Amino acid sequence: MYPESMQESIKRLEATREERIKQGRIPLLNAEEKKALLKSFHPDYIDTSMRALTVGPNKGDRTPHEIADLLEAWPLVEPKRFDPDKPKFDVDVLIIGGGGAGVSAALTAAEHGAKVLLSTKLRLGDANTMMAQGGIQAADKENDSPERHYLDVLGGGHFKNIPELARALVTDAPGVIAWLEGLGVMFDKKPDGTMITIHGGGTSRKRMHACRDYTGAEIMRTLRDEFRNRGLEVIEFCAALELMTDEKGVCTGAAFVNLDTDELFTVRAKTVILATGGCGRLHIQGFPCTNHYGATADGLVLAYRAGAKLAFIDTIQYHPTGVAYPEQIVGLLITEKVRGLGAHLVNVHGNRFIYELESRDITASAIIRECVGQKNGVVTPTGRLGVWLDTPLIEVLKGQGAVKANLPAMYHQFARFGIYMDKEPILTYPTQHYQNGGVLINQWGETGVKNLYAAGEVAGGIHGRNRLMGNSLLDIIVFGRRAGRRAAEKAKAIGTVSCGFKHVIAFEQELKNARIPRDRCSPLLLPDYRRAGLQTPFAFVG
Amino acid sequence: MARRVKRRTEKDTEGEPGEFVTIYVMGEAYQVPKGLTIMKAMEYAGYRFIRGCGCRGGFCGACGTVYRTKESYKLKVGLACQTMVEDGMYLTQIPFYPANKKVYNIDELTPDTQELVRHYPEIMRCIACNSCTKICPQDIDVMGYIQAAIRGDIARVADMSFDCIMCGLCASRCPAEIVHYNVALLARRLYGARVAFRAGHLQTRLKEIAEGKFEPGLDRLTRMSEEELSRLYYQERDIEPE
Repeated sequence: MYPESMQESIKRLEATREERIKQGRIPLLNAEEKKALLKSFHPDYIDTSMRALTVGPNKGDRTPHEIADLLEAWPLVEPKRFDPDKPKFDVDVLIIGGGGAGVSAALTAAEHGAKVLLSTKLRLGDANTMMAQGGIQAADKENDSPERHYLDVLGGGHFKNIPELARALVTDAPGVIAWLEGLGVMFDKKPDGTMITIHGGGTSRKRMHACRDYTGAEIMRTLRDEFRNRGLEVIEFCAALELMTDEKGVCTGAAFVNLDTDELFTVRAKTVILATGGCGRLHIQGFPCTNHYGATADGLVLAYRAGAKLAFIDTIQYHPTGVAYPEQIVGLLITEKVRGLGAHLVNVHGNRFIYELESRDITASAIIRECVGQKNGVVTPTGRLGVWLDTPLIEVLKGQGAVKANLPAMYHQFARFGIYMDKEPILTYPTQHYQNGGVLINQWGETGVKNLYAAGEVAGGIHGRNRLMGNSLLDIIVFGRRAGRRAAEKAKAIGTVSCGFKHVIAFEQELKNARIPRDRCSPLLLPDYRRAGLQTPFAFVG
Repeated sequence: MARRVKRRTEKDTEGEPGEFVTIYVMGEAYQVPKGLTIMKAMEYAGYRFIRGCGCRGGFCGACGTVYRTKESYKLKVGLACQTMVEDGMYLTQIPFYPANKKVYNIDELTPDTQELVRHYPEIMRCIACNSCTKICPQDIDVMGYIQAAIRGDIARVADMSFDCIMCGLCASRCPAEIVHYNVALLARRLYGARVAFRAGHLQTRLKEIAEGKFEPGLDRLTRMSEEELSRLYYQERDIEPE
């Protein structure tokens, strides 16, 4: 169902297919070529897209305006409206966030004897985890090793990753797969139990484990079911507005609003784990995004006010292949697994221009170069640019029916719009996907604030300047479990704690000194997509 | 380099100006641009979602929506984030369904033909009306897998239900009060944990890790400078062929 104007290019793509198959792998770029490509075409390198922070622990560090606007902002709700001495819940470990990291942390903290409470501003499981399609990495095959995995992770991150974090990631990976397997996650396997693994961008061994193209959904629904089976406590549609601290600045809980009822309340906790996810819904530089509704960087804001240092906040991951057509689903993710299965990236003339499984920042930059720099993009009826993903090629390479069998979710997604990706290519352009950095943690998930932990996309340092495919589903569970265990053990040694907002009041003084406008408030909680003129603050803001 | 390309965000993918359709959200009429999804149309109309909106990409099942179109008695369904508005569409969301879920310890279950029925005996009440299949926005043969569940064919239920996003629309239509998606979830977990063979190579690797086999190598790598790592990465790293 492509319009006439795009059909011609599809014919060229079909005409070059056989030749392209014979062509083999396009050589990988070397370090200098990569550097030059990123500098010219990666969105992070657009100078005017970022500014230096004027307050807080990262004062002087650059970050996109959209993130800076939330970090340099006043509390959404004045701390004095909360009563920290009368908490609604009093627990050992409070987990903020109900995605893969939060639920893994809760399960693990509970296993280690803690009384846990998990909060989420949407439903349990509403998170980017649910949307991750392609896979999860682990070096568990004979020809592979954690060392190889480590080198791939570092290469992908341009060697800036914090070594102890990358080491924890690759060392725990096989254990994570085994844990999930034991919980009943249906990994793609051969009849004898051997995992079916493929390449992802930047992998030197085939170590991408998948559950068809519902990998994250399958993991999330299994973890959520286990959470419910264990009878753990959860509060849904409750958004965290601030952390709470004691006199010494140690984290001791959080302040919330119930988004259904507007009730303001507090939760006292001996330790707190932030698992609030990323920032896709900020639409950095106006990009569409692949993220779920709640990806609004709330955790960065809360931790920053409490004094936690952030890392790598000047690097955003643009997924190379977001949907560029049809218009209704622009920006949604086309999983990297499509390229893992052999689909070529092809320009308007039917030619390839980059090895499809370079790391994401490289591939995304190459697509932008092809469209914007070389003017070799396909133009859609609404004026968007894109390049083709030759998906029918998968049928040629892997046999008839391979698209439907390996990519049922993707197939379904496009079939709704009359595009059948086993017969026609699909059009793609980079889309905002992932927050490479975040709250700086150590290998146990500890942040710069005592008794505050972070896990998942909100945390930073593991992936350096660019994350590889399949290492995010992995890191949420590796560090969710590490933080859950540590937070539970730590809580055992802590008696009654006192709660307050001294850190917020100190931060407000900084904001005042920096003359931050009073009407700029955060956290954002949810994006506002109502049309202009109908947008209003939340009722509880007052 | 100083370059800023203005890209349009989700907010302004709002169809051509002038082309409007009328939709009825819980009975209330709104003029919205043609070519929007139900979700974006409701936002255009002034709704800010708290419930009924999750991933916005067809994976989470938060936005199940029931609707009728002009002069038709037929009830249709779709995910609000994936379904286009039509003129005269009469709709409501079903963001939550009070579903029955059994609590179990996966390690204590037996993957025999009776296990699914033991936990969800109501599946025996299925009258094969096919309402569940007809309503499924994922085009799953829901009734087919419930029949497989009655036969105790765990593998078949797990395979057939794999694309389920647990939106709950099937359960909302079932005259036998079956919660199909929870039956399917149990079947998939049973299959994954208790029917499918475990990966042997995984156990071998875990043993090696426990024995500290990779520690010296990782010690060396974590101490390497950026230059040493870069050399290793670009000059000595071989890539497994396709």
